[in-house]
Amino acid sequence: MKIIIGNGRVIDPENRIDRIMDVFIAEGKIVALGAPPHGFQADREINAKDLVVCPGLVDLSARLREPGLEYKATLESEMAAAVAGGVTSLACSPDTDPVLDEPGLVEMLKHRARNLNQAHVYPIGALTRGLKGEWLTEMAELRDAGCVAFGHSDMPLPNTRVMMQAMQYASTFGFSVWLRPQDVNLADGGVAHDGEVATRLGLPAIPVCSETVALSNIILMARETGAKVHLCRISSAEGVAMVGAARRQGLPITCDVAVNHTHLSEMDIGFFDSNCHLVPPLRGLGDRDALRSGLLHGTIDAICSDHAPVDEDAKLLPFAEAEAGATGLELLLPLTLKWAGEMKVPLIAALGKITSEPARILGVDAGHLSSGAPADLCIFDPDQYWIVEAGVLKSQGKNTPFLGMELKGRVKYTLVAGNIVHEG
Amino acid sequence: MTNAGTMSNNPQLNKNGQLQHLLTTEGLPAPILLHILDTAESFVGVTERDVKKVPLLRGKSIFNLFFEPSTRTRTTFEIAAKRLSADVVNLNIAASSQSKGETLLDTVDNLSAMHADMFVVRHSQSGAAHLIARHMRPEIHIINAGDGRHAHPTQALLDVFTIRRYKSDFRNLRVAIVGDILHSRVARSQIHALTTLGVPEVRVIAPKTLLPTKVERLGVHVYHDMTQGLKDVDVLMMLRLQNERMLSARLPSTEEYFKYYGLTQEKLALAKRDAIVLHPGPMNRGVEIDSAVADGKQSVILPQVTFGIAVRMAVMSILAGS
Repeated sequence: MKIIIGNGRVIDPENRIDRIMDVFIAEGKIVALGAPPHGFQADREINAKDLVVCPGLVDLSARLREPGLEYKATLESEMAAAVAGGVTSLACSPDTDPVLDEPGLVEMLKHRARNLNQAHVYPIGALTRGLKGEWLTEMAELRDAGCVAFGHSDMPLPNTRVMMQAMQYASTFGFSVWLRPQDVNLADGGVAHDGEVATRLGLPAIPVCSETVALSNIILMARETGAKVHLCRISSAEGVAMVGAARRQGLPITCDVAVNHTHLSEMDIGFFDSNCHLVPPLRGLGDRDALRSGLLHGTIDAICSDHAPVDEDAKLLPFAEAEAGATGLELLLPLTLKWAGEMKVPLIAALGKITSEPARILGVDAGHLSSGAPADLCIFDPDQYWIVEAGVLKSQGKNTPFLGMELKGRVKYTLVAGNIVHEG
Repeated sequence: MTNAGTMSNNPQLNKNGQLQHLLTTEGLPAPILLHILDTAESFVGVTERDVKKVPLLRGKSIFNLFFEPSTRTRTTFEIAAKRLSADVVNLNIAASSQSKGETLLDTVDNLSAMHADMFVVRHSQSGAAHLIARHMRPEIHIINAGDGRHAHPTQALLDVFTIRRYKSDFRNLRVAIVGDILHSRVARSQIHALTTLGVPEVRVIAPKTLLPTKVERLGVHVYHDMTQGLKDVDVLMMLRLQNERMLSARLPSTEEYFKYYGLTQEKLALAKRDAIVLHPGPMNRGVEIDSAVADGKQSVILPQVTFGIAVRMAVMSILAGS
């Protein structure tokens, strides 16, 4: 199918484009920007006047809950949520049931995802078998099956020797290792940031040093092994400072933050709001501000949705017993725009945090609008307000701290490989 | 974003500012606390009479929902309810439906279908009482009888009631709370009650492993040394030390704890001459308190238990009237 996206404000952070022009798509690829290719006859014209046309979003952390956890969400529901949120590529975490530690499971997931013809799914393989932190997985085989990196989800990896060897082995093949820095012993039993709110509410706490102690180990081992490391969902001001220092030393370290953490702090827990039970925990206001400016200054490369759909009953429990997580795919764009608006960040720079930057971290051909690139696009109305309600969310998870709030920025069309997969 | 809306919206008060539930002493205005204390004062007489019953809650059903075992607190709530002529049902849920996989809110829904007017809830998780209160029909009142480490408001109220009985004015008192502040719902509720009632100096005394982060933000002065912390104190509020604190590497031994933080006659002598000693019970004699102090003339530990019934009667009658 040939498509013209006409009169939109085309923003392509990778190629530093921000101007009103037409986009021409044929055979699943972007064939031209601005002037039409010779003899171009469109089958469909999308009027993008007053809309922004940007690369489809790339999300570094989405839990699809398949295989094994379908009562929380299915691939169908979450892929529909992804495209409704303008997300056309996503990295999915290996903490499924069974864990993504065998090539067959990865192939099956890729196959299932491909058949749905929606967003591209890039599995993160398990770094250790069963995510148990003991034995390495067959990383090269897993890569051949489709894994783009190797990580440990939120499962503990307390054995530093295993962590070091996993980095060595991964770097043998040039694979990057994705880790969320958290010392398992220091975080043990905790459910909220070790600060004023946990003290007031009597919630078992997770100190900042659970992040920084782990971060220090990871940074030192990255230096020792030369492994490419991606740090997932950093949460503290001190953590941001450590990442900044490591990068100034030239270490190949990248870093992301969950979009909820760029807006919320421990204060939002209020009276035990279990929607604010997140991993890592929402930290202090100073931490939140450091995350916001770390993004601005580039210490933090990308924003992820940290999509973790939770079934409703699992949130109707006392705070500590409620399952952690929030739905995020459909909120990634408006919450990123909210950060940009509040920090006076130009739209092109903000969109870079959810398109070109995460694509670079994933190492996949996505997140740009170059001629010849796959026609994965997100077309959104930057000025449309909408209210976050269970009924409007496609994800099976309806839990988010933003439930009931009004947000700005609504996806109107999502294209994957030149197909219109969502119309809002 | 700071969700100021949820913070300021006090879930314990109804639209008219009256007490709807008693979940925590935090955020309750001083007039409400004083009203509870004054009402309790009128019930002290009842509990000392031959016929210890008033008909205020006749025809009302009160369910004692104890998800965590407790004999003492449950018994005092039961006595309080019966003295107000309410019908009382005691349920120890730990042993029944929860072990069959029923959720907390399922259990509460089932019981409220039996036309309960009031639930007295104890649960091992912080926030359990708030969760139930948010979930319930507004005509059902919730009294938090202890939730995790968060709050134990009736204990704190009976403590301040006891203090008021022995010390006339809250506004010139120096109070020290001693022991495991970190895990103590009693301490949190005491701190909020005392500061709201205008006590100018509340101290907490504990080793660093038993103090929560930024505890000073609750409005207390932090001490690690009993000698300094007890100096010129009017009221000593001792906390129970649970044995599992040794296992979690927070303390090396009960002996060392007693030596440095246990209340003995010698340490008590550092406080004011007329200082009083409180303890929420049950006591570990020889761990946080020496028998000579617990049974001594400055101890008001037994009066606390007696006043506990009057205070719980006051809370129940005020809630039923709102």
